[in-house]
Amino acid sequence: MKQQHEVEQFLYRQADLLDSKRWQDWIDLFAPDGVYWMPADPSHKHWDGVPSIFAEDRNLMDVRMKRVLHPDAWSQRPMWGTNHVVSNVVIQKASPKGEIEVRSRFHMMELRRDDVRHFAGSYTHHLKKTKDGYRIKLQRVDMTNAQAAYDYVLQVWV
Amino acid sequence: MLQERIPDLSKCVEPDRVRREVYTDPEIFELEMQRIHEQVWIYCGHESQVPKAGDYYTVQIGRQPMLMVRGADGRISVLYNRCPHRGNMMCGDRHGNAGEFFRCSYHAWTFQHDGTLRSIPMMESGYAGTRYGRDNPDCSMKRAARVESYRGFVFASLAKDGPALTEFLGASRVAFDDMCDRAPAGQVEIVPNCFRVIQHSNWKIFLENQLDALHPSVVHQSTGRAAHEVEKQIEKRTGSAPLSYHMLSAFATVTIDKWDNFQTLNYPYGHCILTGYMGLRPKDPDTVAYEKTLIKAYGKQRTEEILAVNIHHVLIYPGLSVQSPLQQLRAVRPLGVDRTLTEIWHFRLKGAPEAIYRRSLAYYNLVNSPATLINADDLENFWKCHQGLASDGGDWVSFGRHHGRDIEKDGRVETAANCGTSEAPMRNQMKAWAQYMRA
Repeated sequence: MKQQHEVEQFLYRQADLLDSKRWQDWIDLFAPDGVYWMPADPSHKHWDGVPSIFAEDRNLMDVRMKRVLHPDAWSQRPMWGTNHVVSNVVIQKASPKGEIEVRSRFHMMELRRDDVRHFAGSYTHHLKKTKDGYRIKLQRVDMTNAQAAYDYVLQVWV
Repeated sequence: MLQERIPDLSKCVEPDRVRREVYTDPEIFELEMQRIHEQVWIYCGHESQVPKAGDYYTVQIGRQPMLMVRGADGRISVLYNRCPHRGNMMCGDRHGNAGEFFRCSYHAWTFQHDGTLRSIPMMESGYAGTRYGRDNPDCSMKRAARVESYRGFVFASLAKDGPALTEFLGASRVAFDDMCDRAPAGQVEIVPNCFRVIQHSNWKIFLENQLDALHPSVVHQSTGRAAHEVEKQIEKRTGSAPLSYHMLSAFATVTIDKWDNFQTLNYPYGHCILTGYMGLRPKDPDTVAYEKTLIKAYGKQRTEEILAVNIHHVLIYPGLSVQSPLQQLRAVRPLGVDRTLTEIWHFRLKGAPEAIYRRSLAYYNLVNSPATLINADDLENFWKCHQGLASDGGDWVSFGRHHGRDIEKDGRVETAANCGTSEAPMRNQMKAWAQYMRA
C-alpha cells in the first residue's frame, strides 16, 4: 500500500512538473542514464535503433529544454499550456532492491492559441529508488494518437 | 467564379513576385490539383514498402485516393481505391495485404492485383445479357494512366500524355542516384515507419521553404544554439559528441552570412537542388569502416565520385523533397488550400554498417519526427505566412532576392557566386507553376 501510494505520488508529480513547465525539475526526475521514449510503433520493444517520436537521454532533454527557453523559439511565443490526468496506476514488478515497473494511463489536453488538442495513452515507468526518492530509468509513452497524422507537432514531452 | 475574378492565371506570376491568391484561393487550389498534381509524375512510394504479392499502400495523388499494390507476378500497379460497381472504397486501411485478390466489402466483387475484374457473385445469372462483365473494362478497377519506377522509387501520373519519368525528373534523378549509390549494394530499402505531420498552410509554402537558404539561421537559431551548447559540454566531458549534435548545431554555427556561399541549381519543371553545408564526411571509425565497404563494392575511384556528391536537398516539384545523403524524403500531399500533409520516410542503405543507419536515423528522429526540434518553428512560420497572405494587407509575395544575378546555362539556372540565399528556387518553382496552370 505504501509503495503504491509513493509511486502514484511520483507519477502525479512528474505530470505536474510538465504542466507547470518546470523543465529542469522534470529532467532531474530521470536517473543519469534515464531515457524518455515515445515509440513510433507500439510493437517496438526497445528505443535503440528504431524510428521514435521521442528517444531522448538527458543530453537531448537538455537540448530540448534550452531550445524551448530560447527567446527566438518562434513556436513557443504563442500562449500554450497542458493539463495531464494520470490514472489506472498498476505496479507490474517490484524488486527488493527498489526497482519498480509501473504502468498507468494518462489523458492530456493542450491549448495553443485558440486550439484544443487531446492526447491519451499509457505510461510505462521503470523506476529506481534512491536516497533522494524515485528516479526514472525509462519513461515509455505509448500514445494512442501516435498512429494518426499529427496535426502540427509536439513541442515538449508528454 | 474564378474566371471572372482572375481571367488569366499566368498574370498572377511575374519573374520576381507572385499574387497572394495563388496561395489562398480555394478555386485556384482545385485547378492546381487538376492541372498539376493529377497530371505530372507524383511519388507513390518505394518498392520495398510492398514486398509481397497483395501488399498495398494507399496514397493520395492530387484529390484522388490511390492504391500502390504488388501483384503475384511481382509487378507494381497503381489503382484508384474504388470499386467500379457502386464506388465503394476498396481498401479502408492505410496499408495491408489484400490476400490473393481484392474483394469489395459491399457486394463481394473481386479483382486481380492489377485491378482486372475476377468475379462477381452469381455473375452468370445476374449479368447475362447486360453490358456488365469481364469484357467491359469499366467493370475493372481503374488504373493510373502511367506508372514508372526509378531505382525502386515508384511514381504515377494520372494523365496518359506527358514526358516519360526520366525526362520529367531530369537532373533531379541525382536524388535517387545519390541515395542508392551510397549503399554498397546499390539499393535502399524502406524503414517501415512513416511520420505524418499536417501543416496549416498551402503546399507551396512548404516547398518554397525547402531550398530557402536564408531562413535556417533565423528560424532554427534556438535549436542550433541549444544543440551547440550541449555539444560543447559533451565534448568537454567525453572528447567527442555524436554527429547528430553537429547536424543540429550547424543551424547556429553556419552564420547567416555564410549561407550565401552555398548554391542552388534550378531545372525545368520546377526541380531544384541545394548544395550541402553540413560536411557529412567525418573521419570517425564508423565512417572509415563504411567507406571500406564502399571501396570493396565499387573500387576506390568510383567511391570517391559517390562520396563527392554534395547535396543537401533535392526538390522534385510539385510533391517531393529528398535529403539523399541522410536517406530521407518528404512527400507532400495537399489536403486543401490551407492544409498540407507531409509523409516522411527514412531508408536504409543496403549493405552499409548498422552505425551508418543509426546516424541518419538520429536525424530522422530529431528533425522529422512529430516531436521535431526543427520543423516546429518552420510550421509556425508557414501558418503565420498563410494567415498573412489571407489578409488584404498586400497583394504580392516577393521573390526578389538576388533577382537578375542568376546564371542561365544548358537549360538550368545557377545562382551566382556568393548568392546562395537567392530566391531563384522560388522563382523557378513559380515559373513551372505558371506553365502548368496555363489553360
